[in-house]
Amino acid sequence: MEILKFCLFGALGGVLGGMGMGGGTVLIPLLTIFLSVEQKTAQAINLISFIPMAIIALTLHFKNKLVKTEGLLFMIIPACFFGVGGAVLCHFIKSEIMQRIFGGFLLALSFVQFFSDKIKPKNSLKK
Amino acid sequence: MEKNKKLYFAVAGAGVGFINGFFGGGGGMIVLPVLTMLFNFEQKNAHATAIAIILPITVASAVSYLIANGFGVFDFNLLSASVGVTIGGVVGALLLKRINNKSLVKIFAVVMFIAGAKLLFF
Repeated sequence: MEILKFCLFGALGGVLGGMGMGGGTVLIPLLTIFLSVEQKTAQAINLISFIPMAIIALTLHFKNKLVKTEGLLFMIIPACFFGVGGAVLCHFIKSEIMQRIFGGFLLALSFVQFFSDKIKPKNSLKK
Repeated sequence: MEKNKKLYFAVAGAGVGFINGFFGGGGGMIVLPVLTMLFNFEQKNAHATAIAIILPITVASAVSYLIANGFGVFDFNLLSASVGVTIGGVVGALLLKRINNKSLVKIFAVVMFIAGAKLLFF
C-alpha cells in the first residue's frame, strides 16, 4: 500500500513537473506531510526520481530542437559545483530544521507562482 | 557570446544550482523565469533548456547526497516514486497543450502556500 502511495505522489509531482509547475516542490511536502518521510530523504527521493523522467523529456526536446545550447555550459558547470555545495551544506543541517527552511522556501515560491502571470517575459508567445 | 552574458549565465547557474542542491528541488521553478525574463528565451525553449540545466545539477546533487548519507534511500519506495514521476511527467507534458493552466497555476500556488506554512510553522 505504501509503495502505491509513493507511486501516486510521484505521479502527482510528475504531472505538475511535466506542465512546468515545479514537480519537486510538490513531491517533497507530499512525502514529508502524508508519508512521514524525513525531509532529507524526501529531497533525495525527489532528486533521484526526477532523473529518468528528465532523460526521456530531454531526449524529446533535443529531437524537436527546442533546447538552446549557446552558452549552456557557462550555466551548467557553475550550477553543478554549487549544486554539490548546496547538497553538502544540507548534510550538516538537521532534517527538522531543513523542513522548516524548505517550508519558508515554498512560501516564497508560492507568491512568485501566484503572481507569475503579472510578470510577462519580453518575448512571450502569443496564441 | 558576449563576456557579460557568460558572466550572467554563470551567476544564474550558481544560484539555481545551489537552491536545487540545498533543497533537493525547486531549481526548475527558479531557472524558468531566469531564462524567460533575464535571457529572453521563448517559453518552449525555456522549458526544454531548463531540463537540460537541471538534469546535470540533479545528478551531481544526488551523487553528493548518496556519498554523504549512504545508499539506503534505494528501495522499492524510491523505485515506485520514480515510476510515478516518469508516468506523471509524460501525462503532464501531454496535458500542457490541452489545459488552460492559468487557473491551475493559481491553485498550485495556494497549495504550495499551505504546504509551506505547514512545514514552517507546525
